[in-house]
Amino acid sequence: MAKVTTPKPAELVTSIDLKPSGKEWMDTPAEIKPGTFCWGAKAKNLNIVEFPNARDWNPSEEDWKLPENWQEIFLTGMKNLLDKYRSFKVFMDICVRCGACADKCHFFIGSGDPKNMPVLRAELLRSVYRRYFTTSGKLLGKTAGGRELTIDVLKELWYYFYQCTECRRCSLFCPYGIDTAEITLMGRELMNLLGLNTDWISGPVANCYMKGNHLGLEPHAIMNSIEGMIDDIETITGIRINPSFNRKGAEILFVTPSGDLFADPGTFTCMGYLMLFHELGLDYTWSTYASEGGNFGFFTSNEMAKRLNSKIYAEAKRLGVKWIIGGECGHMWRVLTQYMDTWNGPADFLEVPVSPITGTRFDTSRSTKMIHITEFTADLIKNGKLKLDPSRNDDLIVTYHDSCNTSRGMGLLEEPRYIIENVCNHFHEMPENTIREQTFCCGSGTGLNASENMELRMRGGFPRANAVKFVKDRHGVNMLANICAIDRATLSASMDYWVPGVRVTGVHEMVANALVMKGEKERETNLRGEPLPGKEGN
Amino acid sequence: MKNAGTIVIVVVVGFVAFFGFPFYYNIGKANEAPKLKFDTPAILEWEKVNGKKECVEPKEFMRGEHMQLLNQWRDSVVRNGDRVYVNSQGRSFTMSFQNTCMNCHSNKKDFCDKCHNYLGVKPYCWGCHIAPKEKQS
Amino acid sequence: MKILLPLFVVVALVVIAFAGAQANLQAFFGIVVPYAAVAVFILGFIVRALKWGSSPVPFRIPTTAGQMKSFAPWIKQNKIDNPSSRLGVFARMALEVLVFRSLFRNTKTELHDGPKLVYGSEKFLWLAGLAFHWSFLIIFVRHFRFFMQDVPFVIKIMESLDSFLQIGAPLLYLTDVVLVGAVTYLFLRRVVMPQIKFISLPADYFPLFLILGIALSGILMRYFTKVHIVGVKGLVMGLLSFSPVIPEGIGSIFYVHLFLVSVLLVYFPMSKLMHMGGVFLSPTRNMANNNREVRHINPWNYPVHVHTYEEYENDFREKMKKAGLPVEKE
Repeated sequence: MAKVTTPKPAELVTSIDLKPSGKEWMDTPAEIKPGTFCWGAKAKNLNIVEFPNARDWNPSEEDWKLPENWQEIFLTGMKNLLDKYRSFKVFMDICVRCGACADKCHFFIGSGDPKNMPVLRAELLRSVYRRYFTTSGKLLGKTAGGRELTIDVLKELWYYFYQCTECRRCSLFCPYGIDTAEITLMGRELMNLLGLNTDWISGPVANCYMKGNHLGLEPHAIMNSIEGMIDDIETITGIRINPSFNRKGAEILFVTPSGDLFADPGTFTCMGYLMLFHELGLDYTWSTYASEGGNFGFFTSNEMAKRLNSKIYAEAKRLGVKWIIGGECGHMWRVLTQYMDTWNGPADFLEVPVSPITGTRFDTSRSTKMIHITEFTADLIKNGKLKLDPSRNDDLIVTYHDSCNTSRGMGLLEEPRYIIENVCNHFHEMPENTIREQTFCCGSGTGLNASENMELRMRGGFPRANAVKFVKDRHGVNMLANICAIDRATLSASMDYWVPGVRVTGVHEMVANALVMKGEKERETNLRGEPLPGKEGN
Repeated sequence: MKNAGTIVIVVVVGFVAFFGFPFYYNIGKANEAPKLKFDTPAILEWEKVNGKKECVEPKEFMRGEHMQLLNQWRDSVVRNGDRVYVNSQGRSFTMSFQNTCMNCHSNKKDFCDKCHNYLGVKPYCWGCHIAPKEKQS
Repeated sequence: MKILLPLFVVVALVVIAFAGAQANLQAFFGIVVPYAAVAVFILGFIVRALKWGSSPVPFRIPTTAGQMKSFAPWIKQNKIDNPSSRLGVFARMALEVLVFRSLFRNTKTELHDGPKLVYGSEKFLWLAGLAFHWSFLIIFVRHFRFFMQDVPFVIKIMESLDSFLQIGAPLLYLTDVVLVGAVTYLFLRRVVMPQIKFISLPADYFPLFLILGIALSGILMRYFTKVHIVGVKGLVMGLLSFSPVIPEGIGSIFYVHLFLVSVLLVYFPMSKLMHMGGVFLSPTRNMANNNREVRHINPWNYPVHVHTYEEYENDFREKMKKAGLPVEKE
């Protein structure tokens, strides 16, 4: 495939016009532009998970190799979803197009493409709904806002449902709570009935299904990866950590997104987990079978998401653990909070989580039996169980990016902040319209973080990056903390593009840097091997 | 609200409670239009002299516009000191609510109040003016 | 076209009703149409509610807009924007329905040189929306003075509050002014603001024109071309007591007003106006964020094909043993 070039930041900004004009959107087919879409799913990956219409295909080609009766499949699928989800039905019916959501979407703000206004993204599908599922639309057609499901419309739906990261920021502002994430979920589910998935999503899904994690790391590779981290930790602290894998009878199962096992700066966060758990002497185990907290299945279909998620409880049961800790991840936590228990619960074979260190009972997770690592750590700090030296992070001027899903699909806002404030001395919030429940997406969630999609990602990442730039200019911020594996991967790229000089870190990397461990040697460097503040000369 | 049954019950109950209010509120009450009385001594006197019952302007006009006319009279008298009203037939009347209007319509209860109560209107005439002693024949 | 067509339709409706009244079709426009319209409205509303209700709520998906209920009492929960109890959900829904809480958050995004994104406060949509809906409700309830034999005290109070400035005669209702002002604003923003103009459909202009038509015809007959108001109440009371009458001498403008209201009632259940009912069913707002405490049941949850640990171990047993991982089967 041809190499796609991404415009320079200045060019990209000039191309943004937030005041749409021109022809009626219904009459303007989508132009599928290089740099703003992901390659099509490969046949082999769809075959692994038994998805329909598996074939190699290329979205930029005219022929998408659809089944003969694609229209019928789509509409039947739509009817099924309408029957299964009240949310979908209600959201199709009640939008008044007040436009409150229009300029809330990071993709619209970064592209000015009117079809990226959440209302219009939903209208793309709503017009089809009206044409085929409402009396007025059947009778009056376009006058009633209905639209024929042509091949151009299908391509448009595909293009724009893969330009939504299901971040729910629009839903926050909608007077009826219409959630574009929900509509995109439905839209993508319909796409998957026709084999219209992307390579970047279907690959991880197939990997996760067969090998337990998105990256396709086989059991020994996971161990190797962690071995490498353990060596680094020993170099830095002089302490040899010895974690266990697939160990029956451990008290706690730990599940984190596999991104943490693989690439910087996620690996530093992972080292943070390892050091923290070691210091506490926690009776926990990793699993190579359930080695993925994230869930790319969630970006394809409800069923696929459930199939992948099932491994967590299944493994907890097999290993006989009492409860589960989940690592830093965004959509993973929406899934764990709002879906896991409904799909694969009840987890009656587990116990309500109780911190063995502080004795705190996590009653708010008494049904799912799974707590967020920032809850666990915040509790430790509050109870004075950790010896912390925040000055080791004195070279960092930190700001914090709330993940979409932990903010608007959960409400985990204060726990990570409490930790950050205890492990570093320089923390500055971004402007209030860009954090907490109003946080902006990194721009590459829901499986859009493919390199061929770079222009779109940088556009979508613009509002977040712009808020970082604001605190960089004002306070000299040089580190963007977050609790999401996708953030760690994608914000790094977005910072390099928009705000060079700002790096990205997980919260537990900072925790581990500040953590004074029993018997550690005097540390010279941080987890990245860079000299600690005051040790630069050594 | 988990299922269709509950929702429909809520909707129906809501409709019955809110939109149905006028229905059950009206039960047992006759749908009767107000009947005005034009039989005060002054009106009967006028009829004797002029051969018919009439007001300063035709009945249809008075029915729709009496409030505007009264306002006009008030402004003319209070602000301009002009007390003469010449009607559409060229006849002159003294603009006085108390002495002209209420002289004939000295039956507030059977005249003014009938429609005003029927329609829930509360004119502020009586904030300043004293209602005359009821006179009817 | 998407503006002119709905305008033309509303004008046509006015003409039809006016001509009908002139042509002595009062019984049709005063009795048949209103009865039919109310029937369609009520049945249509119920049918739509049934349609929504027949689909389950498989997942508990509140949009959380503040700090969740934490395990830790020292972290303060935002009990309304991220409710974990029924009471919290009730408060959230009440704020949403009564004062448009979410719309109050509205901001306006602007791209300045730098580049710098600025999020300014934008309360006009909220204000106009609130003004429109509340004045519409008050006007509707105020009309109960035509629906009830002895006008209840509350309606009279409402009436006198609404006209407390005592301007003109008949007294000017503030809600009349507010409604027309708000509808005009809501229309103008669909014409002037590029984003809103772009997304607007005929179905967005039509109800605005229709409601404006209803308001203007009402205002016209109250303040300007008078109707025989006692006759109007007689007609309405006749309808309500199922012994309809057509009193003599009601002005044609009343039939225009009544016809437009009837059209609104018929249009309501099949249009976006159903947001009135739908807002109560929005799962992102009407559910508590207590997913980790209380399991939500999906009625159509079905077993799925999973890749079991056994299959996994079969795939990797040798590699696992070599790496020193425990296995179930040697």
